[in-house]
Amino acid sequence: MGIRFVLMVNKQGQTRLAQYYEYLTIEQRRALEGEIVRKCLARNEQQCSFVEHRNYKIVYRRYASLFFMVGVDNDENELAILEFIHLLVETMDRHFGNVCELDIMFHLEKAHFMLEEMVMNGCLVETSKANILAPVQLMSKNS
Amino acid sequence: MSIMDNLFQRTLEDLIKGLRLQLVGESSFISKALEEIRREIKSTDPDTKSTALQKLTYLNSIYAVDMSFAAFHVAEVMGSSHFSHKKIGYLAASQSFHDATDVILLITNQLRKDLTCGNQFEVCLALECLSKIATLDLARDLTPEVFTLLASTKIHVRKKAIAVLLRLFNKYSDAVKVCFKRLVENLDSSDPQSVSATVGVFCELTSRDPKAYLPLAPEFYRVLVDSKNNWVLIKVLKIFAKLAPLEPRLTKRVVEPICEHMGRTGAKSLMFECVRTIVTSLAEYESAVKLAVAKTREFLIDEDPNLKYLGLQALAVVSQNHLWAVLENKEIVIKCLSDLDPNIRLESLRLVMAMVSENNVVEMSRVLVNYALKSDPEFCNEIVGYILSTCSRNYYEIIMDFDWYVTLLGEISRIPQCQLGEEIESQLIDIALRVKDVRPRLVHVGRELLIDPALLGNPLVHRILSAVAWISGEYVEFSRNPLELIEALMQPRTNLLPPAIRAVYVHSGLKILIFCADYFLSKKEAIISELPDPSLPAYTDHKPPSDFDHNKDLYVQSADKLADEFHLESGGETVSLGEISSSVSSGKKMALQSLFSLVNLVEKALAPFLVSCEVELLERARNIYAFSELIKQELHGCIRTTESISEEDKQKNYGVIKAMQDALSEELVPVSISAQERVHKPDGLILNENLSELQLICDDLQLPLPAIFSLGDRNSKGRIVTSSNIQEKGDLPLSNESTSLLVEHRKRHGLYYLPPESIDVLSNEYPPANDSKSKDYLNDEALDLAILTEHSLSSKKKPTHNKPRPVVIKLDEAVEVRDVVECFEPKENTLFGAVRDVLHGGDTISTLPQSETSVSGSRRRGKERISGSASKNMTSTENIETGKSSIRKSKTRLHGKERRHRSPGRNSQKILKEKTGQVAVGPLTEAAETSVIPDFLL
Repeated sequence: MGIRFVLMVNKQGQTRLAQYYEYLTIEQRRALEGEIVRKCLARNEQQCSFVEHRNYKIVYRRYASLFFMVGVDNDENELAILEFIHLLVETMDRHFGNVCELDIMFHLEKAHFMLEEMVMNGCLVETSKANILAPVQLMSKNS
Repeated sequence: MSIMDNLFQRTLEDLIKGLRLQLVGESSFISKALEEIRREIKSTDPDTKSTALQKLTYLNSIYAVDMSFAAFHVAEVMGSSHFSHKKIGYLAASQSFHDATDVILLITNQLRKDLTCGNQFEVCLALECLSKIATLDLARDLTPEVFTLLASTKIHVRKKAIAVLLRLFNKYSDAVKVCFKRLVENLDSSDPQSVSATVGVFCELTSRDPKAYLPLAPEFYRVLVDSKNNWVLIKVLKIFAKLAPLEPRLTKRVVEPICEHMGRTGAKSLMFECVRTIVTSLAEYESAVKLAVAKTREFLIDEDPNLKYLGLQALAVVSQNHLWAVLENKEIVIKCLSDLDPNIRLESLRLVMAMVSENNVVEMSRVLVNYALKSDPEFCNEIVGYILSTCSRNYYEIIMDFDWYVTLLGEISRIPQCQLGEEIESQLIDIALRVKDVRPRLVHVGRELLIDPALLGNPLVHRILSAVAWISGEYVEFSRNPLELIEALMQPRTNLLPPAIRAVYVHSGLKILIFCADYFLSKKEAIISELPDPSLPAYTDHKPPSDFDHNKDLYVQSADKLADEFHLESGGETVSLGEISSSVSSGKKMALQSLFSLVNLVEKALAPFLVSCEVELLERARNIYAFSELIKQELHGCIRTTESISEEDKQKNYGVIKAMQDALSEELVPVSISAQERVHKPDGLILNENLSELQLICDDLQLPLPAIFSLGDRNSKGRIVTSSNIQEKGDLPLSNESTSLLVEHRKRHGLYYLPPESIDVLSNEYPPANDSKSKDYLNDEALDLAILTEHSLSSKKKPTHNKPRPVVIKLDEAVEVRDVVECFEPKENTLFGAVRDVLHGGDTISTLPQSETSVSGSRRRGKERISGSASKNMTSTENIETGKSSIRKSKTRLHGKERRHRSPGRNSQKILKEKTGQVAVGPLTEAAETSVIPDFLL
């Protein structure tokens, strides 16, 4: 599966975006998010960005007030996932211009489409910012 | 209504703003919004409907609101002709649909329509949705459409079509037959996006069934050499990490390009992937490993905690084969033990434990235990846990000095926050049973723990105390001072223990008491026979011993004396009787007195238990109480002259003590896990058959059969007549009824009953618990009584029965063997089979362009071999002939290797044949494995 889920959570622990690549019931999702948020938000800047959780790993990174958390299989490359997070942020940055929490809140759909351009079935399929944004921008122009 | 609704409908943005500003509380705001949505979503106006769905999707995504009720509306919005609506519908579907959603059956046609439409964005929407929600039905029905899209000229579409295949293959393995060829072709595509997507799919596929994809190694190799994209390279490296262990010749080829990448790249992620691939899959290439370890060191000394963590992880993998790599970086690793990040600390702890060997285990453990004492409770327990598991690994492989180890265990037990009582308990008992020589030390360590009243207050230690109490009882002969032990076992603070452990305490007390009594009495016998008569009056003069209970000083003194004597014995076996008798004039008297006080102490301490509600405790306490009475009689016998108690009585009592001591001193030895299975079944005993039929009857009757059987058993044969007499009186209406039922049943199904004689024999083994009637009979019949007493005696032979038994001991190969068997999980699944079919069908391969590398050259030869084997008489050039023979050679080599690998599995099949169902998979998997040994690479 590679990537199992992508979460964006703010400092207060509120979910701002949640994308799962395997089906979880609402209760499972709630529980999972709660556990992860508790684990990751308790850590500080000097500690590493990897947390083992259940039978997989969480790679997370904080940008301003937002935590990006990605759940991956154990043999996934952690550094590559960190780069993926960075790429995602850069892409959003390019699209929204200095992206912030509010942008994601109010344009959740767009954020989802960007993610969908990048990841399918838990596999990273696109890593070029231009390629990711082209369809997203075209789509918003069309509608 | 719809116009008004539409005009005044809140948009998603309104909803989000409202959520931010709300004052009524989030949940009530959401439930209000949800009410609106439920109304709006039923609207016939598509705008209203899709906006409502959009809001619902948002609430579902962020606030985990259930949206399953709207499944049908989702399907409707998906079918909208407006792209902006369709988009909303698809997002909602991919977010909320799953295998159990009924509506999914309705969207097949919609998806097909969108997959084949001209608008590439709609196609992409459908593909993305399919990648998340595809069920078996959807996958089967839409595979042709996806297949067409795999050749799409629009790269944007093709890439997604490739990615969606992963889901299709998982759900519907026949899709492999249709699409696999085109998927493989895309590995060769000139377009990097398609290659990237394809490699991603293969990376996932390979991680599940590496064997099936070995034939594609040449294609992957080309990507490895040619690609400039780090993401793709990382994926390809992952593929090779899985493939390399299966094919030694492949490793030889890839090790060089991987090392090149590792040296050249500036990207840490790729570098780390190279390191990981080398240390996991290419560990036999010394030079590559050296390079990888050098890179790992760079990670370790980096300031970035991420790199440090990963460096430690890589080192942990290397350590399995190359311990030197860890030793080289020892200082860094140990420094990480005090890192700020608990994750890094844990990793370094794992590494430190990997470094532990028989030479340094003592110092390492010392350092770590000291470290644990200073750490926070969580990490402390991690450390202790690692020490325990490392030291006990493979039957305490690295422990040379068990005296040291049990002392260490005792020390660990005293760490207040240590939560590993259970593990320590089992290790203590395990060691006691396995390692004979360490028992004296164990008893000593146990004593230290038992006599410390402070430990009783810590519930975490209770399990350990239970273990040492058992050890003290079982191996009391090694104790320097049994009296002290009994005192410890009976101390008032033991009331802090849970009843189960208290029961162990009491029973250990009994064992020690028996030991003391037996020791004293056997010595006395010897002394009496040697000593001149005049010494006897000394005993007669003695006062009743209860006085000594209060005379603390004297008691302690006498205890010491007795202890000295015991010490004498345990110190050297060859102490002659003469020597003992010389100390007797002073010591003997004291010993007797202290034994008396001991018995009194026990009786006093146990008095509260005699009415305990805990049956375990009650029963044991009663046992020991009765026994102490017995000892008292015996001791009085010593004091008074022999006339007061008849010689027979004395002999009898002493005999009982002696018998019990004999029974207790019988050593408990480890039992092989397969011991039970080695017991031969008597010929002609077909257990299953009879019992399954009995089961039928039981269901038939719906009666508590076991009770009936015991009754029937007891009343069997001639007694049935008398019992029916009693029953007629109506003494026992319940049993009466069941017995008559049984009799009736017996008439009907006489066939299924064992012959009455054998029942009679069986009946005595399991006397029913509260069967008053049978008791009567037992009282009547002397024969039954005799048998009963015999049984109750023989049951005493194993007095430790009801104690917490040590972990089941692994004595022989059976355990390892079982592990091996478990390793042979049936890997054969449908996807695997399908891929194999496609790849071995030959078509796919032949369409592939032959690449320049010799890898593909060798593959070509392999292919010939396949066709060659199909028609053996095919004329072939010498060149091919030699190729074939070399193939055969290497093939047999490969086979040999596998065989060696698997041989324990085979043995196990023999051993386990009768007892486990797992075995059945053995040959199956084996067949599957041998059949897929790849010829393509040869």
